[in-house]
Amino acid sequence: MDLELAPEHAKFRAAVRELAQGVVLAHASEVDREHRFPVEAVQAAKESGLLGILVPAEFGGAGLDALAFAICIEELAQACASTAVIVDVHTSVGTEPILLFGDEAQKRRWLPPLAAGELLGAFALTEPASGSDAAALKTTARRNGGDYELNGTKVFITNIGQAGLYVVFARTGPDERAAGVTAFLVPADAQGVRVGQVFHKMGLHGSPTGELVLEDVKVPVANRLGAEGEGFTIAMRALDSGRIGISGQALGIAQAALDEAGSLMRERGHEQGDDFALADMATRIESARLLAYHAAWLCSRGLPFTRQASMSKLQCTDTAMQVALDALQIAGDEGAVSGTPFERHVRDAKALQIYEGSNQVQRIVIARELLTG
Amino acid sequence: MDFEFSAEQVAIRDTIRELVQDRVAPRAAEIDQSGEYPKDIERLFADNGILGIPFPEAYGGISGSSVTICMGIEEIAKACASSSLILAVQALGSYPILVAGSEDQKKRLCPPLASGEKVAAYALSEPGSGSDAAAMKTRARRVGDEYVLNGTKQFITHGSIAGTLVVFAQTDPGADHRGISAFVLERETSPWRVEKLEHKLGIRGSPTAQVVLEDVKVRASNRLGDEGAGFKIALAVLDRSRPGIGAQALGIAEGAFDYALNYVKERQQFGQPIASFQGIQFMLADIATQIEASRHLVYRAATKVDAKAPDLTKVAAMAKLFASDMAMKVTTDCVQLLGGYGYISDYPVERMMRDAKITQIYEGTNQIQRVVIARSLLR
Repeated sequence: MDLELAPEHAKFRAAVRELAQGVVLAHASEVDREHRFPVEAVQAAKESGLLGILVPAEFGGAGLDALAFAICIEELAQACASTAVIVDVHTSVGTEPILLFGDEAQKRRWLPPLAAGELLGAFALTEPASGSDAAALKTTARRNGGDYELNGTKVFITNIGQAGLYVVFARTGPDERAAGVTAFLVPADAQGVRVGQVFHKMGLHGSPTGELVLEDVKVPVANRLGAEGEGFTIAMRALDSGRIGISGQALGIAQAALDEAGSLMRERGHEQGDDFALADMATRIESARLLAYHAAWLCSRGLPFTRQASMSKLQCTDTAMQVALDALQIAGDEGAVSGTPFERHVRDAKALQIYEGSNQVQRIVIARELLTG
Repeated sequence: MDFEFSAEQVAIRDTIRELVQDRVAPRAAEIDQSGEYPKDIERLFADNGILGIPFPEAYGGISGSSVTICMGIEEIAKACASSSLILAVQALGSYPILVAGSEDQKKRLCPPLASGEKVAAYALSEPGSGSDAAAMKTRARRVGDEYVLNGTKQFITHGSIAGTLVVFAQTDPGADHRGISAFVLERETSPWRVEKLEHKLGIRGSPTAQVVLEDVKVRASNRLGDEGAGFKIALAVLDRSRPGIGAQALGIAEGAFDYALNYVKERQQFGQPIASFQGIQFMLADIATQIEASRHLVYRAATKVDAKAPDLTKVAAMAKLFASDMAMKVTTDCVQLLGGYGYISDYPVERMMRDAKITQIYEGTNQIQRVVIARSLLR
């Protein structure tokens, strides 16, 4: 048993931290205020190779493991939660499905530009009427010769408008629910792909979220990921990894809130009530971090990690929400003023309890494993 | 990183698990009801080398690793928290010797503890000094080659059955915590008196004694470290023992959850197992998640002990705090899952809930853990 990071992971963390605490942090407040895409941060991530973390070197990536991925997102989120989720979605649900389920040609075509950051990835599963119940999705893909024709509307799509490639889930057959779902690689510039409404949100203002409208979009059969009917399996596997990334994002927000509350207390003096709150915050983060790293470690070793990823996502995001609120409470009035990191962390943290499977869905996943395992 | 136990640790765990299943679990309810110390289980642990886990081979033991100690405590506590203290307090009472003893003292004092021939105990608290341990009044006066000890020690786990008692006492009462020294009392040569045994909410099979020292003589060669080093030793020991209390809390919670999980799968209401209700399922998911989070923190702290890591104090406090608060919550929820049956003594979860409470209190209350953690954060 060794619960410390290996030297290569520690070194990687230090490198990402330098970037995050530099250019990423420098724009975080303004990105939030202006509701704008963090171009500088994403550009820096691209130049440092952080957009190809999980992609093997033969396809132009860094070939690192799930633990490095979690660490990367954690460090980015400590500076800017918007930047973190952009990189997270691109890396896990936007790119990894191709890595895991793509054929050789698909990997050669799509992985190099994704790993280089020339294309930003995105994941289009949710629809207006199917959120937690993803298998009820209605978007259709009809086979027509060598093409599929896609029609439908996807919603709550992270990286909307910025992505160059969407992994889209659509119904190909008469099979109801999960069995009829297939995954497709849909380039943003394909005819009939349109960005619908882009939402104003409580937090994560730098990360665009909105509707993806598909009107008679033709994609070649070569863009079908996996077999017909395999789409739901692909989506669930992608989300398992995605939850490791979101755990990292949650840890970064929580750590930033803890550190800022601690700094404030050191500056202005402190009493036992706040001391105890700070101790609880730090303890929760420490335990949540180990859950995340454990899930990542299992994933890296090719072991089952679905339950651990759900536990991690649940615990890390609930921790981030609570810690962000507690940090704001310690800061008091000044924490509630717009533009302070304290109130931004609270707004950013809330999304994490909802997306990539709401925390209710995580509890369903965990309970199912407990009761059938 | 590596989250797995070594093959050797797994083998030790499996041995303990089997012994606990066969010999401890069937006795747990009766131990709780009678409130009597299970001497037979102490012998069982001694005979099977379990009491040798806290000691390196050089001193007659089999491990000395905190990870292995925690693993053993966790396994035993799943069935019987009182019995888990037989290992936990053997470690607690021996740590002062292992941490601060001279080579000669370790060689002389450890082997009978490692073999289980003797049981160890640790006497720090007094009636008037609990969290404020430095305010202790017990005196040790140097007389020739000996010290003469006078005072009263409170809440001493195994104080009544121990053969070896580590006592902290003032050798220089004017010097506050810098005047405290540590002594190893051996019952044959330095007998102490047990004034009373406490009646308690939980861990009823583990005797908690008030120990009175009246002109108890101890050889100077049984002083651990220098005069005045006692308080440092006491704190260093607590850093090492707190992960074990976390492990005990973890085991209690796991034992309760294991029982409750089976129960909700079988208990039928409204024509279906209550496990089919989402409200119950969400409780199960939260319990399992909290247990898992605690487990990682406990073993992280244990690896910090083994590595003598500089941030041990903080992480050990976190593990003890988080796991014990978790155990209280989880055992309370498990009683809830069993409903009325959870509240009666025919089912084990009410005992486990009572046993969990002490883990929030001893070896530093959870308030003290927060003080320790906050101090290290705000330094």
